[in-house]
Amino acid sequence: MASTTTKPAPAPARAASPRGGQSLLDTKRQWWGWLFLAPFTIVFVLFLLVPLAYAFWLSLHTKGIATGGESVFTGVANYVRVFTDADFLSGMARVGKFVLVMVPVQIGLAVAIALVLDTLATRLSKASRLLVFVPYAIPAVIGALMWGFLYSPRFGPANDIFGIFGLDAPEFLSRDLIFGSLVNIVTWQWAGYYMIIVYAALRAIDPSVYEAARLDGAGNRAIAFRIKIPMIASSMVMIVVFALIGTLQFFTEPTVLRSVAQGAIPTTYTPNMYAYSMAFSYSQFNYASTIAFALGILVFIGSYVFLYATRKQSGLK
Amino acid sequence: MRRGLRRAVAATAAGLAGLSLAACAPGGDAGSANHTSCTNEITKPDATRVTLWAWYPAVEQIVDTFNAQHDDVQICWTNAGQGADEYGKFSTALEAGTGAPDVIQLESEILPTYTILDGLADLAPYGAGDLEDQFPAGAWSDVSSGDSVFAVPVDGGPVGMLYRADIFSEYGVAPPTTWDEFAQAAQDLRDAGYDGYITNYATNGGAFNYALFAQAGWAPFAYDPARRDQIGIDVDTPEARQVLSYWEDLIDRGLVASDDAFTSDYNTSLVDGTYAVYIAAAWGPGYLEGLSDADSGAEWKAAPLPQWDPANPVQVNQGGSALAVTSQATDPEAAATVAMELFDDEETWKIGVEDAGLFPLWNLALDAPWFTDRRYPFFGGQQVNRDVFLDAAAQYPGFTFSPFQVYAYDRQTMALYDMVEGDSTAADALATIQDSLVRYAEQQGFTVR
Repeated sequence: MASTTTKPAPAPARAASPRGGQSLLDTKRQWWGWLFLAPFTIVFVLFLLVPLAYAFWLSLHTKGIATGGESVFTGVANYVRVFTDADFLSGMARVGKFVLVMVPVQIGLAVAIALVLDTLATRLSKASRLLVFVPYAIPAVIGALMWGFLYSPRFGPANDIFGIFGLDAPEFLSRDLIFGSLVNIVTWQWAGYYMIIVYAALRAIDPSVYEAARLDGAGNRAIAFRIKIPMIASSMVMIVVFALIGTLQFFTEPTVLRSVAQGAIPTTYTPNMYAYSMAFSYSQFNYASTIAFALGILVFIGSYVFLYATRKQSGLK
Repeated sequence: MRRGLRRAVAATAAGLAGLSLAACAPGGDAGSANHTSCTNEITKPDATRVTLWAWYPAVEQIVDTFNAQHDDVQICWTNAGQGADEYGKFSTALEAGTGAPDVIQLESEILPTYTILDGLADLAPYGAGDLEDQFPAGAWSDVSSGDSVFAVPVDGGPVGMLYRADIFSEYGVAPPTTWDEFAQAAQDLRDAGYDGYITNYATNGGAFNYALFAQAGWAPFAYDPARRDQIGIDVDTPEARQVLSYWEDLIDRGLVASDDAFTSDYNTSLVDGTYAVYIAAAWGPGYLEGLSDADSGAEWKAAPLPQWDPANPVQVNQGGSALAVTSQATDPEAAATVAMELFDDEETWKIGVEDAGLFPLWNLALDAPWFTDRRYPFFGGQQVNRDVFLDAAAQYPGFTFSPFQVYAYDRQTMALYDMVEGDSTAADALATIQDSLVRYAEQQGFTVR
């Protein structure tokens, strides 16, 4: 404190020093800038910053149901509780596992399909592009409901298909397989979306680069891996960040599938589901806010670490 | 520059203030219930309007009957979903301080969850206490505490055993009357070549599993709404272990299925002969009738719930509902009138019984011959009320639920699922539930006895 208050004099002096008419112009520009920004700013403040601040305020308070509904300021106590809460930590570990499996599978598939479609120039490629993308156009809830039926041991097609070979269908909704079943739904839904982004990035590459590569003796495989992928690195980083954040906030698909697999998908399956049930099933809005904030912090750290590690590829450096 | 920024902030603030003012303008009369949309049609627009959340589809007819009979009060009915769906909305409305209906249909097991949040009005000042002798004692004890009355009972779920008489006779097995006989019948059916399961033990059947435990004398919670910072939690008891080990054994032997309840697979299994027995509350037959893919040759019969000790039979209840007045009711007196009078005549109850398949908790209906002697076509004309459910309802002693029942059910589902998956035993499961509930109660500020 002391060191900052020792030299108060120079600061106002600098601020007061006039930079002529330019400063006035600057001020005016600023004013207009803010005016143009206002529609966005108002919505941003009203629907993001204010709720965020409110949630943070909630997370610093505690309202036990036995204490007469009185909200008490408890500081970081809720955060201490959440980071030692076995349910939250196991949910975090589970979405961590989803990140390790689901993100590479989705992105790998998206890139592979995009690379293939990029080399084809037939009508078939247009049709396939659309077909791969279509699942993304289906609302996530509908998609998950549909898969719930496909996974159903009685109504799903699996029994018939496996029956042809004289086998019993696996129980997709059992505890052992539910992980893979969820990976499958998400991949089905999102691979097409990532594929479109990768594909668009590939189309933006100047074809003369390929010509030059070919002249230098590069084959198709070398072009794909040595030219195309490095040239779309920034798009790749972007979709990985999307996938990473989406997976850490995993909610919709397990919540919908829970209606047919309440045992295999408990309410604590992912941190987001845990926060949801805390708030809307158990009326624990304070602790739910804490879970949401703790998850947000971890998502932020995860994304930051990733962006830092890939700052060269993404061009953020 | 700083001035510019300050101005911008001021402008934004002014804009925000304007917005919030604008938001206030129509809010002036939004508080009155007259602007909420009703599912039913209201023919007397000048009468006091009382909003109602209830999930039975037949409620529409019942509400119409009430509205026709009353000139001063009119019900505006909305179906806000059943069970957890409705409770989620109600909890959120309570937290928000606005948005709850005046009268709400709730299961009696959830009443303590809301009384502790001061979400329900005490109906005693409006004369609800005088209604006590209109209802079976067990049902009344579920909705009242001391002199306070937090809801008016509507329908109940006395539990019986619905079974497929055709399957039992085909394999030459007699329907069981005790749990020992039940286990033996499970084995006999299997030995005789029946490839289904005698019944299903669902790990997510929260209230159902509570009822089965309660039959052995299980009383997990000691809770009095008058002393809301105290709770006794005694989940892991010899009675519970006895019941749970019994089912664990039958599941391990492959005689009882352990499918999740309330899924479409489960619904089909109920009616296509996969399960020979459906241990069900009195509303169960109505549920079965609504399911598709049923066996065409199915012959359903109802019998009393098997007993642990036939010399001292114990009856239990699962589900059912009651009408409560919320703390946000604009006109609590009118709301209390609705809660107390919606189901207080025979005409209404005939609709409830015949169209909605409800089991009345109203003595005048319970004693009426049209109800006691009613023959149910679904059971081949059996008088199931006389044979099974009337006794079960009369002997049900009541049950104390916790003030965090949704949490307790969720924890139970998790622990029981671990058990049927073979990761733990019945004793482990009960110990896990006990620990998690005690920890949760302490976090909520209870003194756990």
